[in-house]
Amino acid sequence: MAASPKAGTLDVNKIRADFPILDVEVQPGVKLVYLDSGASSQKPVQVIEAMDRYYRHENSNIHRGVHTLAENATEAYEIARGKVAKFINAAKPREIVFTRNATEAVNLVAFSWGRANLKEGDLVVLTEMEHHANLVPWQMLAAEKGIRLEFIPVTEDGLLDMAALPDLLAQKPKLVGFTAMSNVLGTITPAAEIVRLAHEAGALALIDGAQSVPHMPTDVQALDVDFLVFSSHKMLGPTGLGVLYGKLALLEAMPPFLGGGDMIKRVELRSFTANEVPQKFEAGTPAIAEVIGLGAAVDYLNAVGMDAIAAHDHELTAYALERLEEVPGVRIFGPSADHKSSNASFTFEGAHPHDVAEILNRHGVATRAGHHCAMPLHNKFGIPSTTRASFYLYNTKQEIDQLVEALYKVKEIFG
Amino acid sequence: MDDLYREVIIDRYQNPRFRGELDPHDYSYQDDNPVCGDHVRIDLRVDESETVTEAKFSGDGCSISQASADLLVEKITGMKLEDVRKLGKADILEMLGIELGPVRLKCALLSLKVLKGGVYGLDDVMTLDELAAS
Ligand SMILES: Cc1ncc(COP(=O)(O)O)c(C=O)c1O
Repeated sequence: MAASPKAGTLDVNKIRADFPILDVEVQPGVKLVYLDSGASSQKPVQVIEAMDRYYRHENSNIHRGVHTLAENATEAYEIARGKVAKFINAAKPREIVFTRNATEAVNLVAFSWGRANLKEGDLVVLTEMEHHANLVPWQMLAAEKGIRLEFIPVTEDGLLDMAALPDLLAQKPKLVGFTAMSNVLGTITPAAEIVRLAHEAGALALIDGAQSVPHMPTDVQALDVDFLVFSSHKMLGPTGLGVLYGKLALLEAMPPFLGGGDMIKRVELRSFTANEVPQKFEAGTPAIAEVIGLGAAVDYLNAVGMDAIAAHDHELTAYALERLEEVPGVRIFGPSADHKSSNASFTFEGAHPHDVAEILNRHGVATRAGHHCAMPLHNKFGIPSTTRASFYLYNTKQEIDQLVEALYKVKEIFG
Repeated sequence: MDDLYREVIIDRYQNPRFRGELDPHDYSYQDDNPVCGDHVRIDLRVDESETVTEAKFSGDGCSISQASADLLVEKITGMKLEDVRKLGKADILEMLGIELGPVRLKCALLSLKVLKGGVYGLDDVMTLDELAAS
């Protein structure tokens, strides 16, 4: 099958040149085909160099310092916060709270907002396709406070069953939390509609944007969402850093999360006064180099263009579905290409996903096997695990062809 | 072509000899490998001299975890429990006859962990990480 290195409007060859790791030979003579960006994306030199520059020339703790390095580091940190705010069209940089990852951002909301605002019997609505990150924190709160959890079901074809939402909303939930893009099914959920319906029912809305923010444009004001969480490392930035967006009034009304330095205005021996948002939620020395790296990642994504990236990722996904369907024994999960992007999860008749991923790896193709931190969703489909190929701006149709060729080798081994 | 997917592994995975459950049994234990969701259960019957007279495994998972369980259950049938207790990582690797990276090593060792859980009782069992490093 002929496929051009260009997909959509991106100059993929030019982009690939910015990612040194794509030249790595995973085994002698076998070049890396990286189809695991859903787990963590690769990083362009621009991001690596921004962090390197910081450590070489600017390294210092931020806030409270009056020396030049401390001032420069503080400024660079806050500039990056502004870039992230703009990237998702937050009204103010103060609405951006840096956390360790998307997971910690959900925990922050559950711990701080949840404990202050939810009482026994209150309802939180989630979906059956949530990553454990947007499930377990609420289960922990349910165990602690006796709140109730209900779930928007997932249909056979991998969509949210929106017909079930009115009944759930009639029970007056306090919060509706859902993923904007499934990390297993690739499903793009109707986020704006769910937020609107949640608000009409008097609930707040939280979006897990860990997969959607890297792959499509995000506008928190247009969505009118109350909380949005995402991770730096899935959007070309470094690990160890996540983002919580929250509407300012909500963040201001919330009690602190972790206690310690930087999150306080005054401390007495037996009491403290919390700092302003966002410092109130950023106790201790933050991931300064990583925040600066994320700022560089956002610059990179903006320069390529999120619309172009979304189109590219969608085109690759559609192509992957088409090619995978040709392979005998492959069963793909999730909706048709119209409703999904960025990944394709599948099983292979007669071969366990872990074996499939292992054999693909011998051909340089990096995929992920397992439950992808969505065990309830896999249970729903009656399978313990899947193999997932996930795509990003540096991937090409040839790489998907290589994936498919390698899948035929699985067939040779497992017959 | 392949050292990992030796014929014996694929054969045992596709045509296990000792798949099943024993009811009643003298020992039964099960566990998971959370990394890839492998699940193995092993049931044993022993006689008065503490010799394994019959053993079966059940579960699901990758070829390495399931083939390893089938081979292990075959190996311990007829063995004294005190010898079963002495089995270690090296025995499993020898039995499989393959080299394993750190991730697949845990797939291979899951059945050993389950066996030890059954014959030692819960408290004395090493985690998969500890077994892999043993
Ligand atoms: C949909 C979704 N939510 C949350 C997360 C958690 O991200 P992190 O592990 O960076 O906290 C992931 C990452 O796998 C994800 O795909």
